[in-house]
This record gives sequence, C-alpha cells and structure tokens, in this order.
Amino acid sequence: MSLAKSYQPQSDPTSPEGAPTEPESANRFRFLTRSTSLYIFLIELGLLALFSLISPNFFSRANFTNIAWDTSETLLLAIGQTFVIITAGIDLSVGTILMLSGVAASWIMAEMAGTPAEIANGQHPHALLAILVGVPGGILVGLIAGALNGLLIARLRLPPFIVTLGTFSMAMGLGDLLSSAGAGGQPTIPPVPDLFTTSVGNGNLLFGLPTLVIFSGMAAVLAHLVLKHTLFGRRTFAVGSSFESSRLAGVPVVRQLILVYTFSGFMAGLTAIFDLARFHVTDIQGHNLDNLNAIAAVVIGGTSLFGGSGSISGTVIGAFIPVTLSYGFNVVGVSSFWQSVAIGAIIIGAVLIDQLRRRRLASVT
Amino acid sequence: MAHAGEVSALVGDNGAGKSTLIKILSGALQHDGGEILLQGVPIRLTSPHQARELGIETVYQDLALAPSLDVASNLFLGREMRRRGILGALGFLDDAAMRKKAEEAMANLRVGLVSVRQPVLTLSGGQRQAIAVARATAWGKRIIIMDEPTAALGIRETDKVLRLIERIKESGIAVIMVSHSLPEVFEVADRITILRLGSTVRQMTRNEADMTEVVAFMTGAAGERTVERE
Repeated sequence: MSLAKSYQPQSDPTSPEGAPTEPESANRFRFLTRSTSLYIFLIELGLLALFSLISPNFFSRANFTNIAWDTSETLLLAIGQTFVIITAGIDLSVGTILMLSGVAASWIMAEMAGTPAEIANGQHPHALLAILVGVPGGILVGLIAGALNGLLIARLRLPPFIVTLGTFSMAMGLGDLLSSAGAGGQPTIPPVPDLFTTSVGNGNLLFGLPTLVIFSGMAAVLAHLVLKHTLFGRRTFAVGSSFESSRLAGVPVVRQLILVYTFSGFMAGLTAIFDLARFHVTDIQGHNLDNLNAIAAVVIGGTSLFGGSGSISGTVIGAFIPVTLSYGFNVVGVSSFWQSVAIGAIIIGAVLIDQLRRRRLASVT
Repeated sequence: MAHAGEVSALVGDNGAGKSTLIKILSGALQHDGGEILLQGVPIRLTSPHQARELGIETVYQDLALAPSLDVASNLFLGREMRRRGILGALGFLDDAAMRKKAEEAMANLRVGLVSVRQPVLTLSGGQRQAIAVARATAWGKRIIIMDEPTAALGIRETDKVLRLIERIKESGIAVIMVSHSLPEVFEVADRITILRLGSTVRQMTRNEADMTEVVAFMTGAAGERTVERE
C-alpha cells in the first residue's frame, strides 16, 4: 500500500472544517464497476446479432434454448468460481470434479437400480430409490473434493493454483478408475434410469424453458443475495481484499476459505447431477476444460483475479459469451478447435481490461 | 506505563523492539518473559481478538484495512451488524445501520467526511489513516495502540492525525504510540519510554525529558541502568 504516493493535500477530508462533499473519485469508481456489466451485455447482444445475420440457422428457438441450457451448466460452475476468485483464489478442479461426481452418481444408481442383468437390459426396477441415493451421493463427492481443496489451501497455506491443479488431476484419474473398474479398462458405467432424465433433465420444461435453466437462474439470484447482503459474502470480499487485515480484524479467514472452496466443489457436484439428467451418462473426456469456461465467465463478468471485487450479475452475463461463441462457430462452420483459441484469448483480454481498470483507479486517488 | 487520558510514546532506534512490544500488546505475538498488567491484573493475550475483547485496539502501521471494501465495511470488519429476526439469523447484514454508525464515528472524530460508501482504495493516505484511527476509537474502550501513525503522511496530514490523538486522549482513553519522530513525541506524549536492544532503558514524563537526553538513551550513549519493564 503506497500511502505516500497517494497523498493528496488539496482534497484532504481529515480536515475538521472541510465540507462533507462526496469526492469525484467515488463516482468515477462506481461508474467503472457499473459499466463493466453493461459493456459485456452489449458484446453478448452484438455476438447474437452477428451470428444471426451470418446464419439463419442460428436465429431459432431451438438454438437459443440450447445456448441457455449450456450456459446454465457453465453458470452453476461459475457461481462457485466467482466466490473463489473474489477471495483472490482460483479453482481449476471444477471440471474434473464434475466428471468424478457424475461417475460416482451414475455408479451408485447402477448398483442400486437393479441386478446387472436388468441394468444391461435397460430395466431399472428400483429406479426411484437409486435416484434418491445417487443424487446426494454425487453431490457429496463434489463437496468432499471441494473441502479437500479448501483444507489444503487455507490450513497448509498452499497456492490455490497448485492445489487445484493437483486435485484436477486426481479427480480425473479417480473418475477414470471408477468408470473402468468393471471391464478391461473400458468405461462401463451404464446410463442412469430414464425416470431421472424425464423428471429432472431432458424432456421437462417449466415456462417453456428446461428445468436446469430455471434452476440455475434461481441459484444465481440466491448467490447474488448471499454475496452482497450476508456475512458470508462480506467475509468473502474481506479475505480477498486483504487476508492479513481481515485476520487482524477478527474475520475467521481460514474457515471462510475452506467454506468457499467447499461451496465451489458442491456446485460442481450439483452441475454433475444436471449434466447426468440431461445426457444419461457422464462424458469422461468432455469436462476437462469446463474449468476454463467457468473462469472465463467470471473474469469476463468483471470479477477481479486479484480478489476483493466482483459480482454474480457480471458472471451471469459472462457465462453466455463462451457458449454463444461455441454455438456461433458451429453454425458458421468454423472448426470447434478455434473455440479453445478464442476462449483463451478472451480470458487474457478480460484480465488485461481488469489490469487497466486497476491502474486507472490507482491513478485516480 | 500507560495511563487513561494520557499519551505514552515508545521510542527507540531500529531493532530496539518497539514493533515487537506493540505486537505483544495487541495480541498478535505472545511474550516469553515479563508481565502485562491491565489495571494491576496480569493478563496473557493469545490473539488480537482477545485483546479487542479487553478494550485494546491497535492501529497497525500498514493500517490493516481491506482496500476494496467501503469505509463502513472497514469500520465494522470482523464485527458486522446483522439484521434483526429471521434474516439476521440467516446471516443478512444491516448495512443501513452500519453506515449510519460509521458516519457518526467519523463525525465524532471530526473527520470531515468522505462518503462511508466509498472504497478505501480510492482514498488518500491521510484519509486511510483517519479511517484506521476512527475504527480503533469506535471500538477501543481502554487502550489504543498506534504504530507509526504518521510515518506515511505529509506535514498537514500528520498535524491532523496528532490532533486526532489529542482528542482521543481527552476522551479518557490511554494511547500508546510508537514514533520515529521525536518532535512529534514531544508535541503529544505525556510519558516517554525509551527502548534499546529489546529492553526498557528509561521512562520519563515529558516535562522531565529533554530531547538530547532521549537521543542519548536511544543510541546507548547514556544510561547503562536498565529499569524493569512493565
């Protein structure tokens, strides 16, 4: 903290006779934070308009529903990630924890729904019981993995980047092991009971939208309230703003960090359940880069990687951008490999904007 | 060594143990010898939290503020007010009440006000210092410890902070202040304690002290006699 550099005699408010005016810098600061969400929202509208103009296939109800659907999954992961990044941390493990949770849930369901012969025939005599145990089981796996992240980071003071890179790899290996435990190294987890996909997943529409879209919308509203208006949210900001100051001020910093990473793992487990309900099986390879999409959503949404500032509303809009790009690229006929290139560039660009904003703020004071 | 309604200054050369003593008194470090007496009763401080419970507040040299949080949140950091009723039980905060109290705290110290909703990182050095001091005075019931409260400030802001210290003293609270600047010490302190190489070499009141003598004790040029440290 460079106090000397920011010393500014002409606007000294410690002066007892000074009029209680609101300094310009406060307004400027609010304008900057407010404009971020608006800015991204305009970019998203621009992207939608652009792809719709290029291809008539893009501008369809089915396509927009799919975009909303995919965004919902990214958003659930990104909500947990927002809390983590506000603490000045990072969670690289969410994608593979999602995969591990999904494999665990479908494994539990397969074990409980019927005999191996019945399952092989696609029969699930005990489907309801299997779902009632499998769903919390899968979520619990995510929660435990997240708690492990939190314990390693907060108690042992290891860097979040390294810890979650490690658990990223561990969850991937464990998921592969669990899914290929049955036969000859081939993934053999059978699909979940149809009852599960029809009740939660695919076919089920609420107000014309998939259940998952509604659910993640509600989750976002709840997360927004928690972040902005509760003690849990305030502590999250405090830890990210200054760990040491918060500790000295009596904020339970270690516990807060553990809880935040546990929450992120919990959200990954929850996403796994919705992913299963939608696709019947967990895609073993398909979630490795989900962490990047979640981080992209958060960073595009204006949450600072340096910690201490961010919002769920930004994350909601930010989550649409990577998904819109991927659908847009498909429709326009650009190789999906370019998608990874584009996401990478967007993350770097968003961090650059964050840096510039911080520098401008520093020069304001 | 510190008395209610008085300012006690700790002075000494680099490495004399000023900051260590401050950290012990604020609960951030534990002492391995000697005693801390609070109103004659020996106490053992195991955490900053415990020190605060006893009415001892510290303004750290780096201020210990959370830069991206606003002024009100910083004043209530670690002591947030919840709403009443069910919402409060769910952890919802009463931001309106905290802002109101923050405004009062700033007004009591006659800190001509910045908005309490303004993030601390947009404030100048003097403003930040004032907020750290306001936080300590809002909560400190007995002792306020200040580690180099003026080190990062310009002349005008230094003067403001010294006036703040005098007002705190007048409210009947004991102030312990560490400073490198002897002119400042002589301006506000009632008692001066000189530390050298981890021990107290001299305690005196301002009236009996003389600046060259203090410097002599600080540098070890005078006074081999070591007095008991309290």
